[in-house]
Amino acid sequence: MTAASPPEILRAPLVVEFPFTRSLGPVQSAFLTGLREGVVLGVTTADGKVMVPPVEYDPVTAEEIRDLVEVGTTGTVTTWAWNGSPRPNQPLATPFAWVLVRLDGADTALLHALDAPGPEAVTTGMRVRVRWAAERTGAITDIACFEPAGDGEPGTQAAPHSGEFADAVTGIVAEARLDYSYSPGRAQTAYIAGLSEQKTIGERCPSCHKVYVPPRGACPTCGVATTDRVEVGPAGTVTTYCIVNIKAKNLDIEVPYVYAHIALDGAGLALHGRIGGIPYDQVRMGLRVEPVWTEGGRFPDHYRPTGEPDADYDVYKELI
Amino acid sequence: MARYAREVAVVAFAQSDHLRRTDELSEVEMVMPVLHQVLAATGLKAGEIGFTCSGSSDYLAGRAFSFTMTLDGVGAWPPISESHVEMDGAWALYEAWVKIQTGEADTALVYSYGKSSPGSVRDVLTRQLDPYYVAPLWPDSVALAALQAQALIDAGETDEAGLAAIGARSRASAGANPHAQLSGAVAQGEYQVAPLRTGDCPPIGDGAAAVILAAGDVARRLCERPAWITGIDHRIEAHSLGLRDLTDSPSTRIAAEHAGVFEAPVDTAELHAPFSSQEVVLRKALGLAGDVAVNPSGGALAANPMMAAGLIRIGEAAARIHRGESDRAVAHATSGPCLQQNLVAVLEGDRA
Repeated sequence: MTAASPPEILRAPLVVEFPFTRSLGPVQSAFLTGLREGVVLGVTTADGKVMVPPVEYDPVTAEEIRDLVEVGTTGTVTTWAWNGSPRPNQPLATPFAWVLVRLDGADTALLHALDAPGPEAVTTGMRVRVRWAAERTGAITDIACFEPAGDGEPGTQAAPHSGEFADAVTGIVAEARLDYSYSPGRAQTAYIAGLSEQKTIGERCPSCHKVYVPPRGACPTCGVATTDRVEVGPAGTVTTYCIVNIKAKNLDIEVPYVYAHIALDGAGLALHGRIGGIPYDQVRMGLRVEPVWTEGGRFPDHYRPTGEPDADYDVYKELI
Repeated sequence: MARYAREVAVVAFAQSDHLRRTDELSEVEMVMPVLHQVLAATGLKAGEIGFTCSGSSDYLAGRAFSFTMTLDGVGAWPPISESHVEMDGAWALYEAWVKIQTGEADTALVYSYGKSSPGSVRDVLTRQLDPYYVAPLWPDSVALAALQAQALIDAGETDEAGLAAIGARSRASAGANPHAQLSGAVAQGEYQVAPLRTGDCPPIGDGAAAVILAAGDVARRLCERPAWITGIDHRIEAHSLGLRDLTDSPSTRIAAEHAGVFEAPVDTAELHAPFSSQEVVLRKALGLAGDVAVNPSGGALAANPMMAAGLIRIGEAAARIHRGESDRAVAHATSGPCLQQNLVAVLEGDRA
């Protein structure tokens, strides 16, 4: 047992990506299909307000709205903010203004980007027009951005529109990628650092004395920090297992194989790992196993039988 | 007639130091000292708490169900009654308050935390926006706040000097707050997204907070001067920014009416206004008089740990009542872009 030493801070890139496929209702479908066709549609509420971008339900009465209208592609800036340092994925890579634009014929405003030479060229109340994207797919980004329009350009009134287009867009794929730098914290850092020396480091709860592997820094029973480090294993006992018959994508292991809970000697709970070096149908509860490390591996590749006699059930029954 | 079935008070509050990075700590390692501190203040053990509720967001950590790991810091065996909101902890407090009102618990532990340091929080927060019309443009949190700030300036409600003064006052007040991330004189700095400069924006950081609620005589036993929650309410506005008057916050005003803010003067206001411009909106919505101490803790402009900063406003207001520095305080928490969702609570101490 050793006292915790100051941690060496580990970091690793962590990428979260989710291309959500989202279906569209009739209103959103008409709006986004309209953008693809170079037409901006809104909806009219019961009291005659025109909402662009369109909502499906009246925000005041919650009544369903389906009356589509076509509005202008020119409009008026209702507020703005100068973005001197565009961030990744934003509509323009050069400095631009974020704007809320009330399109001609609409009573509400649409958020988008305004391409302008500098903040001195932008004012609330200025006239702007849609700049369409070169390639349009039925997405809000079909509006590439807005651009300044002359004060003389005529505005248009909202006009009824069927909302019907050939080959309507019925869904979007909402791409998102977020980049993180993951740091595992004190307890897991010690565990990961131990693995690099082919040791398995657990932590003991100072209150109930259970040894957690891998440690997360807290005893979930007592709610206190687990600060005493303990090396466990290397050998352990299979407490329970399953036979995997479905090959996972990108996994270079032949099926069937055995995945097991393994209580390493000295540990207060079982961790899990693959069992190798024995036919899958001969793995059993109580089997004594030890880790097999591959060259350069940062964790055990799998566990294999030690050849010892099986552990007595009473020895590991509390750890199942 | 009493507003609610039961008297419920904040009896203890604790928070971490709020720091730009806490790479050496996992979330549970960050939260646990705060849990121990708030329990110690009452003498309660985790097993004696009637209900536990937490607030956090997996998007900050970039890992699914990360909140389940912090539950390890509570001590959840034997099994406890527990819940989680994917929101600021102020909303977890609301859930806990409801639990006590229903008579299902007499005490509650509420905690919340956020580590913004692993990711780019400005970009992460774009994922809470409407996924059809807004999120594909990736407008970051500062950009959306800047649109609101410009609308206020256009309406003649403030100007850039007025905004800078709010930031300066907040950080000066934070000089008395040892947990604050930024305090004292901080340069107003360059434009982040004009008209907002660095000094108008909250620091990005990691932190945690915890509160213990208790009902009636239990509260009196646990705390010398309980901070009674005499009113609490929360409201949300339509998600589409272009539908809203960004210079106003009707949701805050309605929540305040229902919480009884306007029934008597308040002496303290802890407002969750991460951007200086948002304080202008909130002061108006809450009708705060000039002599009210606004954010004596420094507020979110001095420390804005995501998902905890709103709970901290309630905790700071309560702590002033505990210390006898306030008799009637309003605490506010927000969530979402441009003050989309707002929670308002009135806290009162017994008068001598």
